[in-house]
Formats: sequence, C-alpha cells, structure tokens
Amino acid sequence: MSVLRRFLRTPEAIAGAIILAALFAMALSASLLFPGDPQAIAGPALLPPFQDWSLPLGTDRLGRDVLAELFHGSRTSLAVGLAAATAALVIGAIVGTLAGFAGGLVDEVLMRITDAFQTVPGFLLALAFVSVVGPSLGVVVMAIALGAWTGPARVARAEVLSIRERDYVAGARVIGMHPLEIAFREVLPNALPPVLALSSVIVAAAILTEAALSFLGLGDPNRVTWGGMIAEGRTVLRTAPFLSIIPGVALVLTVLGVYLAGEGVVETTAVRRSLS
Amino acid sequence: MTRALILLRRRLVGSIFVLLIVIIGTFLLLEAAPGDAVDAYIVSTGGDAGMIELLRHRWGLDQSELTRLANYLWALLHLDLGHSVTFSRPIREIILERLPTTLILMGSATALSFGLGSALGIYAGAKPGSFRDRFLSIGSLALYAVPGFWLGLVLIVIFAVDLRWLPIGGIESLASDKTGLARAADIATHLVLPVSALGFIYLALYLRMMRAGMAEAWRQDFVLAARSRGLSRRRIVLAHVARNALLPLVTMLGLQSAQMLGGSVVIESVFAVPGLGRLAQEAVAGRDTPLLLGIILTSAVLVIVINLLVDVAYAFLDPRVGASEAGA
Repeated sequence: MSVLRRFLRTPEAIAGAIILAALFAMALSASLLFPGDPQAIAGPALLPPFQDWSLPLGTDRLGRDVLAELFHGSRTSLAVGLAAATAALVIGAIVGTLAGFAGGLVDEVLMRITDAFQTVPGFLLALAFVSVVGPSLGVVVMAIALGAWTGPARVARAEVLSIRERDYVAGARVIGMHPLEIAFREVLPNALPPVLALSSVIVAAAILTEAALSFLGLGDPNRVTWGGMIAEGRTVLRTAPFLSIIPGVALVLTVLGVYLAGEGVVETTAVRRSLS
Repeated sequence: MTRALILLRRRLVGSIFVLLIVIIGTFLLLEAAPGDAVDAYIVSTGGDAGMIELLRHRWGLDQSELTRLANYLWALLHLDLGHSVTFSRPIREIILERLPTTLILMGSATALSFGLGSALGIYAGAKPGSFRDRFLSIGSLALYAVPGFWLGLVLIVIFAVDLRWLPIGGIESLASDKTGLARAADIATHLVLPVSALGFIYLALYLRMMRAGMAEAWRQDFVLAARSRGLSRRRIVLAHVARNALLPLVTMLGLQSAQMLGGSVVIESVFAVPGLGRLAQEAVAGRDTPLLLGIILTSAVLVIVINLLVDVAYAFLDPRVGASEAGA
C-alpha cells in the first residue's frame, strides 16, 4: 500500500493514474454501455454535440454515434499500444541480452542489424509492412513493434555488458550452467529494470503510430479506431470540425496519461532505490 | 581536422554494412509482396499473357533468389531503383523530383524545434524547480502527446478555415506564374502550417533534454567554480550551464532525423505537400511496392548522411571525441 501512496504523491502521477483508470473503464464498459455494432447508423447525419442527449457527442457523416465509436475506439488504441510495446520490449530484451552476453561476432552482427532498423524511419517501415502483408490487428501490432524494439535492445545490451562480469555469473559458469541458461535466467532478469523504464514512452509512441496508420487508412478495417475517426471527420472538416477534434482530444489525453503515469513510476522506483 | 576525418572514415565503413542490411531487408519485403514486376507490367500495359514467360526470363525473374538479390544490388549500384507502375516512370526520377520539398520541410521544422526548443529549455533550466520550469515541463509533455497529423488538422481549422490567414495546403499557388522572390514568399506561406505541425511536436523533446541537461550541470563543480569567481548569473547560465547541456542535443538532431522523416509522411498527406512522404502514401494507395521500397532506401541513405554530418560537427564541438583514435 505504501508503494501506491508513494506513487500517488505528485499531482502529475495522480492525473496520469486518473486518466488511465478512466481509459480502462471506457474500454471495459464499451460493449456494456454501447452494445451492438458501433459502426451502425444511430441517428441523423452530422448531428452536432450536446444537442440530443441520447447522442451526447453527436453523429458523424453517416449518422453513427460518436460517443459509442469513441468508447469502442479506446479498445483498439489500448490493445494495440500495449501489445506492440510488449512485443517491442520482449524482442529488444532478447536481442540485447544475446548481443551483450555473447559478444564478438554475434554482438557485431546483431548491433549492425539494430543500426539498420534505426536508420529506416519506423513509420515508413510500418507503412511498408502493413501494405505488403495486409492490414489486420496482428499485422499492425507487428509493424509497430518492428520500429520500436531497437531502443530496448540497446539499453538491455548496455546493462548486460556490466552484469556479465559480476560474481554470480562467474559462479553460474563454474557450476556448469549452459550459457543460454545463464543469459536468460541469471542475466536478463537483472537487466530488466532500465529496459522496463522505457515502457511508458514505447506504449505512448505505439498508440500514436497506430493512430497515424489508421489515419492513413492502414488500420484494421473491421475495427473502430480514433485515427480512422479523425480521417473520417477530415472529409467534413469545414462544416463539422468536432468530428476530427473529439477523437484527437481523446488521443492526446491517453498519451499524456501514459507519460504522466510513467514518470510517476520512474520517480517512485528512483525514491525507493535511493532509500534502500 | 584529421581527427574528424578518421572518425568519418570509421563511420563510413560501418554505414556501408548498415545500408547493405537495409537493402537485404527491402529485398525480402519486395519478395514477400504479392505479384512481381512482370505482373505489374502486364497490368499497366495490358500486354498478352504469352509474353509473361519471355519477360520473366529476360528480366531474370526466373532465376534463384540469390541471383535476383545480386541483380538487385547490381542495379542499386547503378542507382537504378526500378520502374514505377503507378507513375509509369523510373523511380529514381520521381524521388529526385520530390526530395527537395521534403528536405525544405524537414530542415525548417528541425530549425524551429531545435531553436525554439533549446531556447525555452534554457529559460526553464535557468531556474530548476521554479514555476516557469514546472509550467514549461508539463506544457512540453502535453505537446509531446499530440499526434502531428491532428495538430495539422487543428491548425488548418483555425488558421486556414476560420481566420483565412494561410493557405489550406499544397506547396504553392496554382497557375500564379510567380518567379523569384515572390515565388519564394508564396512557398514560404504555404509551408508555415506544415512546418509548425511537424516542428512543434519535436520542440518538446529538445526543451526537455535541454532542461534536464541544465539541471544536471548546475550540480557540477565547474558551476561552483564559476560562481566563486564572481561571474554574473547570466554568464554562468549561458556560457557554463547551457553550453554543457547543448552537446547531447546535437546528437539528438541526428537520431531524430529518421523519426522526423516518418512524421513528414502524415504531415505531407494532411497538407497535400508534394514531397517524399506524400509519395510514400501514394505508393501505398497504388500498391506500388518497388516505389515504396525506393523511398525507404532513399530515406535510409538520407538518415545515414545526416548522422555522419552530425558526428563530424560533434567532433568539432567536443575535442574529446575521437581524440584517442587519432592518437593511435
């Protein structure tokens, strides 16, 4: 309990926690509050917000309920953001551990591959990957992870380089543990904290990339996405700017919540480390 | 000078390996794409099916994967990126036509984000923990959370639709026959909104880095030494604290170039700016994989060149860099 209290000490962390809690509540209650297809026609087209209380945020060009779409869209943003970040962290941690622990040629080759992935703009890579393989939720997740794993890989490698000289690693070698077992059971878990510290930035970037991809029409066509809603609203930007602005505000709040909560976590662990 | 040259040579060798990996990666993506150059050619020219086998043989597409990779590399060595089906033109020609626009957009956005970001960072970092510091830190975090394409749309709604101060998109007025300075001014007014949309997002990054670096530098001994020498506060902030915090920002300039190129794809699409990014979107819409991969290769080369330049600049700014290599 004291960890939670310490986490909620700064106003920034409290704001971040509230935003994220609201977001998860939105995602979890979407099918309860708005059962049925969010892409079904619910009323007259282009109804402005705050006019009709059964459709609080109005309707889009085709008469779909904006609030229902917003709720269902939060699921895509959260799911893709979390899945892509997890994939990127796992790939990065494995590559970084292998490179740092093996050293020599393996290290050289893996790091040049990491350089290559950092040289290609991540968004262009995601664009190419989705357009070659075809848009679906899994492909979008993989495409985003492809451009995001290099940061965690570098951090993991640097951490592993310092850990592999420690005594308990030498001890594990002496008792005859397999090098791969040492790398993944002894070294990797101890190298994780600084890698995990990157997670909030990676989740935020993944949510933004997903939004940009679906804005360009490369999201999963069977799902409501905030980026897709902004693109839809763009066609009537002059007459109904609210259709683009509302999902955009939701995106900004989400990403901001992730950042703020992330900073809170880093600060909590930093305090705990300096106390111990 | 020799120090910078030695560093440049070392980086150049590494870059060639990196580029080779990128090329192999794009080749694999090209192979994974449905259909090949012959299918695309037949579709676009409407040629008869009897030619398919003949063309496959003539273009070397019936050979093994390794031979095809060798052919691909050989063509790239001659700067031949292939033929675009959607534009019916050589890919190199189209890319060279679109590249300057993207370079202007990126250059201006980088200048805006780096200049304004580091200036605001100095302002915030001059007094860590003060009200203005906290305000700018939270403000920049909020700015960093904004999707660039959405910021672009909001700017369009405010400045182009409501106020009508600036054009809604494009790179210059159509059929205006302007020349010289008048044309440059016309292009500049068209660039204000896209450059702002792209630059303001990254401004936050430089601001936060500058601020963090300064907060760190305040605790160093040389600041105490400068204080004890009785230097003015202004001088300590600018010549000692800010100067030491500036170096990592220069490195960031290079690292950021890849992200900025990615960001320009959406921004150029929002503002209908005919650059490399919009070309990428057109390639996706037209299912033109060779064109898309040509753009990716060009961007990779661009990012490598920018990072080389940043490394050399860094070697000039920081005498410690590369000193050991030059001595060896």
